[in-house]
Amino acid sequence: MPALPRPLADWFSAQSWALHPHQTDMLARAGRASTLLIAPTGGGKTLAGFLPSLAELAQGHAGLHTLYISPLKALTADIRRNLRAPVEGAGLPIRIEDRTGDTPYTQRRRQRADPPHILLTTPESLALLLSYEDAPRIFSGLQRVIVDEIHALAESKRGDQLMLCLARLARLAPGLRRVGLSATVEDPPALARYLGPDTAILQADPGPDPDISMLDTGAPPPWAGGGGRHAIPAILDQVRRHRTTLIFHNTRAQAELFFHHLWLANEDSLPIGIHHGSLAREQRERVEAAMAAGKLRAVVCTGSLDLGIDWGDVDLVIQVGAPKNVKRLVQRIGRANHRYNAPSKALLVPANRFEVVECVAALQAVRDHDLDGEPRGPGPRDVLCQHILMTAASGPFEADALFAEVREAGPYGSLTRPEFDACLDFVATGGYALRAYDRWQRLVLRDGRWQLRDPRQAAVIRQNLGTIIDVETLKVRLKGRPGGTPLGEVEEGFASTLTPGDTFLIGGEIVRYEGLREMTVEVTRQPGRDPKVAVFNGTKFATSTLLTQRILRMFQQEAWPDLPRHTAEWLALQRDVSRLPEPDRLLLESFPHDGREHLCVYGFAGRNGQQTLGLLLTKRMEETGLAPLGFVATDYATLIWGLEPVTDPAPLFDIAALRDGLEGWLSGNAVMKRTFRASAIIAGLIERSHQGRRKTGRQATFSSDILYDTLHRFDPGHLLLDITRQEAMRGLVDFARIEEMIARTEGRIDLVRLDRVTPLAAPLFLEPGRIPVQGEGRERLAEAAAERLMKAAGLA
Amino acid sequence: MTLGHSLTLSGAALIALPSGGLFWPDEGLLCVSDLHLGRSERMARRAGALLPPYDSAATLARLDADIEAVRPARVICLGDSFDDLAAAEAMDEADRLWLLRLMAGRDWLWIEGNHDPGPIDIGGAHLESLRVGPLSFRHIAEPDGGAEVSGHFHPKARIAGLSRPCFVTDGSRLVLPAYGSYTGGLDCTTPALRDLFGKGARVILTGPRPIVAPLDQISPRSSSLSR
Repeated sequence: MPALPRPLADWFSAQSWALHPHQTDMLARAGRASTLLIAPTGGGKTLAGFLPSLAELAQGHAGLHTLYISPLKALTADIRRNLRAPVEGAGLPIRIEDRTGDTPYTQRRRQRADPPHILLTTPESLALLLSYEDAPRIFSGLQRVIVDEIHALAESKRGDQLMLCLARLARLAPGLRRVGLSATVEDPPALARYLGPDTAILQADPGPDPDISMLDTGAPPPWAGGGGRHAIPAILDQVRRHRTTLIFHNTRAQAELFFHHLWLANEDSLPIGIHHGSLAREQRERVEAAMAAGKLRAVVCTGSLDLGIDWGDVDLVIQVGAPKNVKRLVQRIGRANHRYNAPSKALLVPANRFEVVECVAALQAVRDHDLDGEPRGPGPRDVLCQHILMTAASGPFEADALFAEVREAGPYGSLTRPEFDACLDFVATGGYALRAYDRWQRLVLRDGRWQLRDPRQAAVIRQNLGTIIDVETLKVRLKGRPGGTPLGEVEEGFASTLTPGDTFLIGGEIVRYEGLREMTVEVTRQPGRDPKVAVFNGTKFATSTLLTQRILRMFQQEAWPDLPRHTAEWLALQRDVSRLPEPDRLLLESFPHDGREHLCVYGFAGRNGQQTLGLLLTKRMEETGLAPLGFVATDYATLIWGLEPVTDPAPLFDIAALRDGLEGWLSGNAVMKRTFRASAIIAGLIERSHQGRRKTGRQATFSSDILYDTLHRFDPGHLLLDITRQEAMRGLVDFARIEEMIARTEGRIDLVRLDRVTPLAAPLFLEPGRIPVQGEGRERLAEAAAERLMKAAGLA
Repeated sequence: MTLGHSLTLSGAALIALPSGGLFWPDEGLLCVSDLHLGRSERMARRAGALLPPYDSAATLARLDADIEAVRPARVICLGDSFDDLAAAEAMDEADRLWLLRLMAGRDWLWIEGNHDPGPIDIGGAHLESLRVGPLSFRHIAEPDGGAEVSGHFHPKARIAGLSRPCFVTDGSRLVLPAYGSYTGGLDCTTPALRDLFGKGARVILTGPRPIVAPLDQISPRSSSLSR
């Protein structure tokens, strides 16, 4: 076991720090090829990962020794600060730097010429580094790589890309050792396989069970909606009684709205900040710094604070809104109280009555140590296509060698040669059935090695690296201050719905939309006015199967002593005016509202499954002349609106017909096109549009929808359509949960006709993410709208 | 069964087809604009993205269907028929034969556009502009031109959430939508386009039903954010 270097050991004892058993274990295992450490938050995971590096670096090393990869930019800066204390305190000759998209260009250049001993970075910045021709020189002496929060990375394509990059690094630096750091997960061996072959698992003491309960707000939550405004007095009271509180929300919009109202109610002027991914970097950094300095009593935040950042003072976590997923809830709770071996304290705040039910179900699941999780599929091929491009940007490669290398990456262990060859062919020639581009192919084979036909392509490839497909955003600035700090960013889709005079919330301020100028949203401050609901950016998670099943079982109780009275009464009211969903029956409600016919389908198939159901059902409704206009899905129901009522639902829910629909629907619905767009960008078919480089007016980019339609029509077997179908199966479609729903209800369908919205259906009317159905109904409406406009103009 | 939306332009009775083509029954004349044939090939040549190379076939299939439906004696391609002159040269053999088959037995007129200024090695007459009866046909609208049919702008309009390529006309001037695939579009409220028209201008959306709306009642999108 490499001993802790003397100066470091001295410094630790001077701070009266004692190493945890798993930290010493990590030192003992320093020589192993690959280790996965699973430890609760606050267990000093990150230090455990770095100790062997510090021990080795204390002996001296030339060049890059350790690469640390985190899913969050903010985390790299934070780790740098945290490492500086022991390194400087012990006087070790170790240079530590971070490198992210935010690092200035000159510094990045210098880092390539003269890398530090420890480089802290993100998967995207690593891919970018690897795409340079000098990557072999930079990484040749690399000894260790530490992947932090690997449980979070493994849930997205960022992880797949990172694992491909690690396989590449293993070629460049033979003998490279890997360490994965993870919070509690449901299937550690699967995560170990993901990190790489021969990964040993080290499980730290999970610590005591959390102290978790539902916040008693006095007043009941609203019938519908989110945000938890009703709970503000009770939450402020909790903030007063704790040192530092993290107040988690599921979406940025809800965080903004909540923060705004929290401030209005904050009569003691408690220092409270807000932190989410749409805020300008400067603003986030200010909050992080104030937090680190212990100046804030609370931070209203979103998933942007799910990970990392060791804030020792947090002693309470409040989750506003349903937790959706027990595993993530447990991880969030871990943010409170970083004192190892002390129970974390957390409060759940359901934002509406349905969420009360879900919160109670989640509390029971946490108590039962019942974690949810779904097995991962094979590594996605769009990411592989991008990896091939990245490899080509760094220099010529041999197909055989790259194939062998790719198979070393955990997610791609079962990739077949034909699959690999198809990806290579797509990257090289476009992969079209009609081999139109033999002359213009992107990669060419010279002397047995693949390389870029046009070396200038490398720059374009680098600009398009990464697997995060952001919704396009626009910066928001105060009018008349073009050089001023942006207030934040909003989604393009949101910006396009604004007309001058509209007000919305950003950074806790109410602003008035003035106009759009050079791709910047110009606003003026507008205090005191009621904001138009801020609907920009919302991460939507699907409620896990585990939680939805617990909820359905709860509905069957005669009475609900575990639920607050208001919610128990609400369920009783639903049972009274309609009925409650049952595990072995499918409940449908049909009612008119606001001039449209509505059908509410309580399938409890999770958000994605319910969304698929919405697509399939509206397609069949369109065919039978029911003129559906759109639908919205939540985790428990789909609400469809249209021009005609549904009277005979049985044919709609025939499983064979639904399966047919799944086969046939591929030809043109919004979800498939969205999936296609993401894969097409990752695989390098379409370029990302960059701010400032954005095409304007007549040169507007043709939509990816048209590419999708064209491919579908002329080349249905194309690799990208194949990838799109596979993606949709596991991600957005989730047909398995529809099959499960049909199997458990077996045609036992109850259609209840009502004259108005039911208690259980009401929340669906406030859901964002409505999907329009482009069909007969919409044509009829547009026609009517056009007629009205003609009349208004005196033309008809 | 009507072919499309009937309109009158300087006395000529025309039909705006759902495909984006314009039919003039009295003259047996079909006019299409901005086919941009060979666009994907041009992108590939310039080391851009390798887009699905089926755009020309998709455009020709649409044109074939229109010709089949209206049986024109004369076809006017109103400029930017090819994405550039090299794209016209490099046209796929099957597409070329398809185009020649469509051209056979009818008058075929290529009007020059900014993308294809100059003669192309394919049959038909090549003109800068053309006058038929009261109407002038040219690629780009002239600042104070009347009785004129043109293309170039790729106009698009958004009504009740439905965004489609559209015709724009004020009874004296008519701008056609782009007929080709992968052509993108320009919001019809953009000043460069809107200012060409006088009072009472209207848009006619392409698509299954001819949806007509007054130009000045259409609210601009907050930018050319359409994708």
